[in-house]
Amino acid sequence: MILAHVFFNLPLVTRLLLQAWMAIPAERFRVAESLSAAPWAYFRLIEGPMLRSTVPGAFLLVFLLCLTSFVVALAVGGGPRGTTIELAIYQAFRLDFDLGKAASLALVQFLICGTVSLLAFLVPLPQTNGLGLDRVLQRLDGWRHRLWDGFWISIAAAFLVLPLGAVLFRGLRHLLELPPQILAASVTSLTIAIISTALCLAMALSLSLAFARRGALARSLAEATGILGLASSPLVVGTGLFVLIFPYAQPMAFALPITASVNAMMALPFALRVLMPAVQETYGDYLHLRMSLGMGRWIWAKRILGPRLRRPIGFSAGLAAALSMGDLGVIALFADPDLQTLPLMLYRLMGAYRMDQAAATAVVLVVQSLFLFWMFDRGGRRHAAFG
Amino acid sequence: MLHLDRLAVQQGGFSLRADFKIAAGDRVAVIGPSGGGKSSLLNAIAGFLAPRVGQVLWNGQPMPDHPGERPLSILFQDHNLFPHLTVLDNVAIGLRPDMRLLVSQKAQALAALDQVGLSDKATAYPRDLSGGQQGRAGLARVLLRQRPLLLLDEPFAALGPALKDEMLEITRQIVQQAGVTTLMVTHDPQDAMSFAEYAILVADGHADAPAPIGPLFHEPPVALQAYLGRRAP
Repeated sequence: MILAHVFFNLPLVTRLLLQAWMAIPAERFRVAESLSAAPWAYFRLIEGPMLRSTVPGAFLLVFLLCLTSFVVALAVGGGPRGTTIELAIYQAFRLDFDLGKAASLALVQFLICGTVSLLAFLVPLPQTNGLGLDRVLQRLDGWRHRLWDGFWISIAAAFLVLPLGAVLFRGLRHLLELPPQILAASVTSLTIAIISTALCLAMALSLSLAFARRGALARSLAEATGILGLASSPLVVGTGLFVLIFPYAQPMAFALPITASVNAMMALPFALRVLMPAVQETYGDYLHLRMSLGMGRWIWAKRILGPRLRRPIGFSAGLAAALSMGDLGVIALFADPDLQTLPLMLYRLMGAYRMDQAAATAVVLVVQSLFLFWMFDRGGRRHAAFG
Repeated sequence: MLHLDRLAVQQGGFSLRADFKIAAGDRVAVIGPSGGGKSSLLNAIAGFLAPRVGQVLWNGQPMPDHPGERPLSILFQDHNLFPHLTVLDNVAIGLRPDMRLLVSQKAQALAALDQVGLSDKATAYPRDLSGGQQGRAGLARVLLRQRPLLLLDEPFAALGPALKDEMLEITRQIVQQAGVTTLMVTHDPQDAMSFAEYAILVADGHADAPAPIGPLFHEPPVALQAYLGRRAP
């Protein structure tokens, strides 16, 4: 179970650290190079401070994601030793149908996650790196360094690719044995993904636009809104909605809209991280020019903001869609037996020990997720080759 | 005539005072140490910075609050052109910020491009232009807007000496021909001498009244001496 979590979070942390590494101005490396700094001095001068400001944040993020993790525990664990609060909520719901117990578990979960997010919030934000002029980095490390790097990279890659490859390989051979429900499940999953992407973008864009131009306080407020989405796990929100709706109507009837909106909320922090800086940069660079030209709001949005934000919008849409496609959270709470999404179908097939078909479903899921991400991200890049 | 009437602006903990007039058609260099308030002065005139006390008058009338309605054009140090718009569009927004160009207006924009020697770059994007050409595109927009006041916030600072001289010369010709009142922020006494007739010294949060540039540099007051060091032209 621990291994599975490492598997999921490794790419994310890599991405975060890589960004921090790339944010170090190339000039710094040149200074260090010109001082002919020894490797440990290199580390102390340049990489140490960067890691100090990035690693705690990444650590907390992963911690949070693991806390709210549900799917892995659901698939692998189950015994008293292998359970998480998140899974306990699910079990209180589906097995015991004890709403009170589920709600109090949700409260505990929210408190824990809220505390951790607060901690994450108190961790000093990464400082800006001083002036750099976007020069391309040339590191002059020796070949021995490269060899070591290559070695570690292959190990990490193997760790990521092998399980995925095994599933895909097995799934491909059984692709034709899939039950016809795969079509309906695909349609449901895609519909949810597209609606939740639209919702997520709408929220992220309005938050970014509303807060980007105001002070640092407003910005951290907006980020806090996003982090709230992390702190309240899908099942916590799902439980809340279920408790709200239950007295009045059959919650199952709302499975689709609820799943879509909860998925949108889960993707919100990531979309904000991508969009906020882009909005800020556009305003910072061109607000004065816009004012001095007397450019109206509509033209500004259509001809300037739109094109400038196309790329980040495409990327965050792809991210939101892929996250929603793979999500098995609220839908597990709300779905009746007739309603299937791809991950739910995958889980049910696994539960029935039909591993071949499960693997085939996984293939369909991965292909569709990749396709959605690729489509959105691509859409953002088209026409947007401009600097 | 531009009149800064007992003007005081505040930006963070920094404040700037100014109280002087500039006659129509004058070319004025704005000089002084970094952090002395040169950009604040321009921002106040452009309307990005609301005055705490006093007002900015043009021909005896208070200027409108909104920067876009003021009778002026401004060229910034950078970000004068939108990277994703063609050169023609970038110039034409000076005339039609809503970007709905009439045929006659398009012809006007092309004529302005022609005047700065960029007629073959109309459909190009800013990334295809050299630094000097980007400066020219900005100037074409200024030409097209036909506003009686021009503010230059070091738009050519990143260019090499020869190219910078060339741009200053083109700019001088354009504003002289159109009788445009011009304020130019610069760090280089040589640039100030070649471009302007008057100079405003901005230091320690105070902008002096414009003085004829020759005598000013020949017998610099104490604050200017400190700024120039031994590099008096």
